[in-house]
Amino acid sequence: MQPQELIYKALAGDRLALTRLLSLFENQTDDLAEIMEQIHPHTGKAHRIGITGAPGTGKSTLTTCLTSAFRKQDKTVAILAIDPSSPFSGGALLGDRIRMRELAGDSGVFIRSMATRGHTGGIASAAYQAIALFDAVGFDIVLIETVGAGQGEVEIASMAHTTIVVEAPGLGDEIQANKAGILEIADIFVINKADLPGAIQTENALRSVFDVNHNTVHKHLRDIDISEPKDESSSHEVQWHCQILKTVARTCEGIDNLVTAIHEHASHLIKTDRWYAKVALQYDRQFESHLSKALFASWKASLTPEDLDNLNKQLNCRIHAPEFLAEKVLNGVSISQKK
Amino acid sequence: MEKKIRVLIAKPGLDGHDRGAKVIARALRDAGMEVIYTGLRQTAEMIAEAALQEDVDVVGLSILSGAHMTLVPKVLDLLNANGQDNVLVLVGGIIPEADIPLLKEKGVFEVFGPGAFTTEVVNTIQQALAQPA
Ligand SMILES: Nc1nc2c(ncn2[C@@H]2O[C@H](COP(=O)(O)OP(=O)(O)O)[C@@H](O)[C@H]2O)c(=O)[nH]1
Ligand SMILES: [Mg+2]
Repeated sequence: MQPQELIYKALAGDRLALTRLLSLFENQTDDLAEIMEQIHPHTGKAHRIGITGAPGTGKSTLTTCLTSAFRKQDKTVAILAIDPSSPFSGGALLGDRIRMRELAGDSGVFIRSMATRGHTGGIASAAYQAIALFDAVGFDIVLIETVGAGQGEVEIASMAHTTIVVEAPGLGDEIQANKAGILEIADIFVINKADLPGAIQTENALRSVFDVNHNTVHKHLRDIDISEPKDESSSHEVQWHCQILKTVARTCEGIDNLVTAIHEHASHLIKTDRWYAKVALQYDRQFESHLSKALFASWKASLTPEDLDNLNKQLNCRIHAPEFLAEKVLNGVSISQKK
Repeated sequence: MEKKIRVLIAKPGLDGHDRGAKVIARALRDAGMEVIYTGLRQTAEMIAEAALQEDVDVVGLSILSGAHMTLVPKVLDLLNANGQDNVLVLVGGIIPEADIPLLKEKGVFEVFGPGAFTTEVVNTIQQALAQPA
């Protein structure tokens, strides 16, 4: 099928077309710009929810509980489950579906596993396009489970309306999220595995860490919020207060509270006029990343094989520092020139 | 375009352990493939649904229970019905010699016994999916 036909069919609800488009994104198709341009007008409706936290905290299990809860409210759910690619082989073991067994057979659910393919930040490089496509084809909710490698997971916050950070007791004395600096991105904190000993301690630790950091959190939010209303009198309502909740994902305990908190956060974003602004940051990033990739590619394509060879030699044989060579190219000096 | 081979490893049937399936999954990952592992007790419907949602190139079925003659054709039928007739289906496990040609006739690409080396599986996939130059 041609991209045109795939888009047409996917928007009409065809799952084969949907799955093929997702693969085209992952394989960095040359038609990406055209496809996204046609999908773009259909996006903006889905509630994009990011779920992050260290491996083993129960993200996949929690995602399954959440999906079942949303299904009971008759909302359709797409799940993007991201796992790391091996830096050595480039392969990946994608095992999140193991925990999602009970969602099988429900036509209102679509689960896609995605490997990071070298992209850092806990997100796959095609994640943005995949989320947009799920949104465009009409899923009410898009759940994104990140890698949760424990560092640099902040990218999810710019892709999701609501970011849930999952913690579990027994992963060490220190709160993982604080270490990783992802405290600031949490709209909702979940202490999962509340059935295990230590859950109270984790909660107390989290609450104290959160109190200490509260000012930082405010400042950070103000930095990225373009559309924060200027009205001083209502400014105390503008600030979202991160909720801390306990769950037992294995038995789906505490999920109702979590769903309520998620809905409250969505209403808050809409009420304070930040629904679009919350994910608009991503447009800047996509624009920048695509433009820089394209400019680099077109510059590289303009080189003769000798130029390219020369450049590689100067880099690999330590003739010049890479920064110096880049500057030389920028200043319009051909890299084939000796001096 | 940079394509990666995507493989679904499924363990249908009611029998308990999935050591073999996990060994294969790891070997395929180490050969640079993206392996979606779905866990135990998968029905034919679950396998076909996962194969569609994950847009895999290969489905590997690990079967020890003896239910292969009903289960495998069912998976093949569902894949075809979903428009995924080009998916390579491999079967591993304890399959009686006499059943192998029957399975292949129905569309299974290759059958591996319990003693098969992981490298055989890797090579079979890589050769079958190699783009003709
Ligand atoms: N005791 C307990 N175990 C849980 C709970 N939620 C998940 N688990 C277990 O924690 C392990 C990791 O769960 P998983 O969802 O795969 O975590 P992920 O790596 O964050 O996606 C699995 O063995 C789950 O069964 C819970 O609420 N309580
Ligand atoms: Mg997981």
